[in-house]
Amino acid sequence: MNAPNASGWKPAMGDGSGEAAPTSSGDAALMLEEKLIFELAGCDTTGVDFDEQPGEIDPALGRFARKQRAQLPGLSEPETVRHYTRLSRQNYAIDLGPFPLGSCTMKHNPRLNEKVARMPGFADVHPLQPVDTVRGAFEVMNELAHWLIELTGMHGVAMSPKAGAHGELCGILCIRAALEAQGDAREVILVPESAHGTNPATAAFAGYKVEAIPATKEGRVDLAKLKERLGPDVAGVMITNPNTCGLFERDMKAISDAVHAAGGYVYCDGANFNAIVGKVRPGDLGVDAMHINLHKTFSTPHGGGGPGSGPVVLSEALSPYGPLPFTARMEDGTVHLVEEESLKEFDHAKSFGRMAAFHGQMGMFTRALTYILSHGADGLRQVAEDCVLNANYVLRRLEDTLDAPYGASGPCMHEALFSDDGLAEGFSTLDIAKGLIDEGFHPMTVYFPLVVHGAMLVEPTETESKDGLDRLIESIRHVAQRAKDGDEALHGAPYYAPRRRLDETQAARKPVLAWQGEPGVPRIPTPSEVGDR
Amino acid sequence: MRYLPLTDDNRREMLEAIGAREIDDLFVDVPAEARLKGDIEGLPKQASEMAVEKHMRRLSKKNLAANDAPFFLGAGAYRHHVPASVDHLIQRGEFLTAYTPYQPEIAQGTLQVLFEFQTQVARMFGTDIANASLYDGSTACWEAIVMAGRITRKSRAVLAHGLHPHYVSTAQTMAKFTKDELFSGAPDLDADCDEDAIIAQIDDRTSCVVVQYPDILGRIPDLAKIADAAHDRGALLVAVVTEPVALGLIEAPGALGADIVVGEGQSLGVGLNFGGPYLGLFGCREKFVRQMPGRLCGETVDADGKRGFVLTLSTREQHIRREKATSNICTNSGLCALAFSIHMTLLGGAGLETLARINHSRARLAAQRLGDVKGVRVLNDVYFNEFTIVLPSDAREVVRELAERGVLGGVSLGRLYPDEEALANGLVVAVTETCTPEDIETFATTLSAVLEGEAA
Repeated sequence: MNAPNASGWKPAMGDGSGEAAPTSSGDAALMLEEKLIFELAGCDTTGVDFDEQPGEIDPALGRFARKQRAQLPGLSEPETVRHYTRLSRQNYAIDLGPFPLGSCTMKHNPRLNEKVARMPGFADVHPLQPVDTVRGAFEVMNELAHWLIELTGMHGVAMSPKAGAHGELCGILCIRAALEAQGDAREVILVPESAHGTNPATAAFAGYKVEAIPATKEGRVDLAKLKERLGPDVAGVMITNPNTCGLFERDMKAISDAVHAAGGYVYCDGANFNAIVGKVRPGDLGVDAMHINLHKTFSTPHGGGGPGSGPVVLSEALSPYGPLPFTARMEDGTVHLVEEESLKEFDHAKSFGRMAAFHGQMGMFTRALTYILSHGADGLRQVAEDCVLNANYVLRRLEDTLDAPYGASGPCMHEALFSDDGLAEGFSTLDIAKGLIDEGFHPMTVYFPLVVHGAMLVEPTETESKDGLDRLIESIRHVAQRAKDGDEALHGAPYYAPRRRLDETQAARKPVLAWQGEPGVPRIPTPSEVGDR
Repeated sequence: MRYLPLTDDNRREMLEAIGAREIDDLFVDVPAEARLKGDIEGLPKQASEMAVEKHMRRLSKKNLAANDAPFFLGAGAYRHHVPASVDHLIQRGEFLTAYTPYQPEIAQGTLQVLFEFQTQVARMFGTDIANASLYDGSTACWEAIVMAGRITRKSRAVLAHGLHPHYVSTAQTMAKFTKDELFSGAPDLDADCDEDAIIAQIDDRTSCVVVQYPDILGRIPDLAKIADAAHDRGALLVAVVTEPVALGLIEAPGALGADIVVGEGQSLGVGLNFGGPYLGLFGCREKFVRQMPGRLCGETVDADGKRGFVLTLSTREQHIRREKATSNICTNSGLCALAFSIHMTLLGGAGLETLARINHSRARLAAQRLGDVKGVRVLNDVYFNEFTIVLPSDAREVVRELAERGVLGGVSLGRLYPDEEALANGLVVAVTETCTPEDIETFATTLSAVLEGEAA
């Protein structure tokens, strides 16, 4: 805080009792509103200068030349920079403060990663360049693949999946391909109720029936009930470990053994790998396939919702079925690309095929490898230990204020789970989340997992300092107390954010998904309004 | 370790507050036999920023960057000049290090960008609406096929021969598991897209016809003709645009009757990146909105009546619908969508048109010049910035020899279609604004030397 003004000087403002009047601009100092680009510019201006203005070309476009220019506004560079800079200031971000979204692992994004990803040898190479001109890129893929295999104790890795859910699909398709190769048409995948929604969605997309695995009272998979359900119709299980309640599945090895004994495979959702990286290898627990969110554990930026990257590590049993393309290191040390053209030279005929056009998220591979090498073996283990330490610190400092349904189940791993039990009548988890926004923090994950009423899942990650955590904890305590005391004002939060609570019902009832123009100003009709041509 | 703020004193203090003696007390639930005893085998200890940068730079130098050679590759990924302000702006921490905008009150920056992006894509494609992006063009293409199946309740998709073969194999992979039936095949080395052959495949079981525009050989198919034929049989037309810059000069697919338009947005703002991350574009008719995959951003108002934006219609999505969701997708390609949107805002409709004209004019020049090389035939009559040339010998070998002589001379059809002998001599050449007339001349003379068997 600033010290009091010793000189006694005051601005010339009468008796000093005046109140702030609304501004004529609608803005308020650094709180700046920003129009849409469509309201800022017309479609005949551009912010790009070209070397030449092409004269008359003798076109080779057949009869397909465009009749009317696309109605896209163009802004000069200063206007563009200002537009996006002003918009950026309406976002919360890790760079501004803790972002304790459970299950999302919002850790610091090192800037060296960004610098490396932009090296021309990585950023400015085409995926179909002759292989001899991109050996370094294959080496990056192969080196990262190697460390992912070592860190997980698995046999192989599919690098091409483009995000966690894409990786899940890859793993489930491997399981399905392996079973089909054995002539075994199993139909059911078992998924715990606490699982992320992508798990059942993925299994269903791959043609499986999804059945729930019950949990024990302490928040873990009920091994006895799981064993009862296993049988010749069960293709496999999808288990998240550490699970979404923030707990390590103690019986993981026994679960894997039971599933294998029944002829099925074990998929592990690796979203929470951050808690155990360098400490535990999923391969040692009998896992057959696990995706790794490079944007979580290995710090590639979330970018406001992607791009992600979801390599899938595979057991020896599933590796032969993994997708094309991938890299392989030969005995002479050279790294090769295995794709359709080179398939005959490599023994990978069982591959279930291609999941996307090219080789995977190279821009994320360079960042993740940079991260792994920066931390090294000792640093990665410290990552797991610090993130678990931070989460347990949050759990124990808050369990006298908020209900911790599994607080007695032992230490948590990377995230601490609370429920809305004990809040005053009419107050909910949402009120706590919105109250935290006014406190200057991004809220925790809310209403997930579904197995806990009004769930609040706090994942601080290892990149928060103790001071930062103490401030976050104090704010959560403060807001939780308001919700327990029935402070009506909390229903109106947030008050200080760029927007108050937004009407999501209206947004969904009559969706407006593209700019419609100013009211009363005629706009260009959409093709559907004109009718089919 | 520079990324870890806790000090040893902090750690001791916190363990005490928790009531634990040592850190491994917090890992008690991990069975002892599952805990790693030592370090990960072979992984060195932590390293300084300088050391890691040096290692990565050494690897990057083993690659020939596009900027360091005359460069003519396309086939689904295009090199364009990206204005410096694009990369600067996407590195603003408020964009780079934000999450999916689940708390809209403090994510209006990301949300307004997505709303603007959706509008830009819809206007570019000539569709009513567009989503907030998917992983890339190939996965967007598959999602469109599945969506057409949901809408028409039919399961046979006809893929035009000019569809990128990697898009075809992505769809084939997925179809194996969903039991969708796909008709597909390799293109003929012919200037004509043979729309009639595609139309002949449409029957009453057909959910959709998938047509790339321009296609893998650079030809421009008659979408309107195919749209009419598809609609007559109750099927949808899915148009696939792998080079959105083309839409600065050729008609928008939506205006030609396409019901769903998907695309690869990498050309604008994103860069080559060795194949990813890229940007899946997805637009369609408004009446299909509830069958759409992926995130959608919509306009609404806040408690004070101010305009604001939220993610909406999430009842289609996996976190609500679980196994009944329209797709398992849980992410978009947010930062790439931002880059695309900024680049498009700089260009505007006028800039996009100029850019497209320059691309077309350079491609015209290149086609003319390469056509003059002895033994080379230009296949296309009609093209935008990419066309196919037919060489007197296997193009794979020619491409390798060109690379040895410092020219990145296109994508051989042999690499894309290893099993199609008839296509082996085909070479797909892309010519963007980054290819100078001097590059084109170097390409032509080097190609001539390679074909004449002259020593390098």
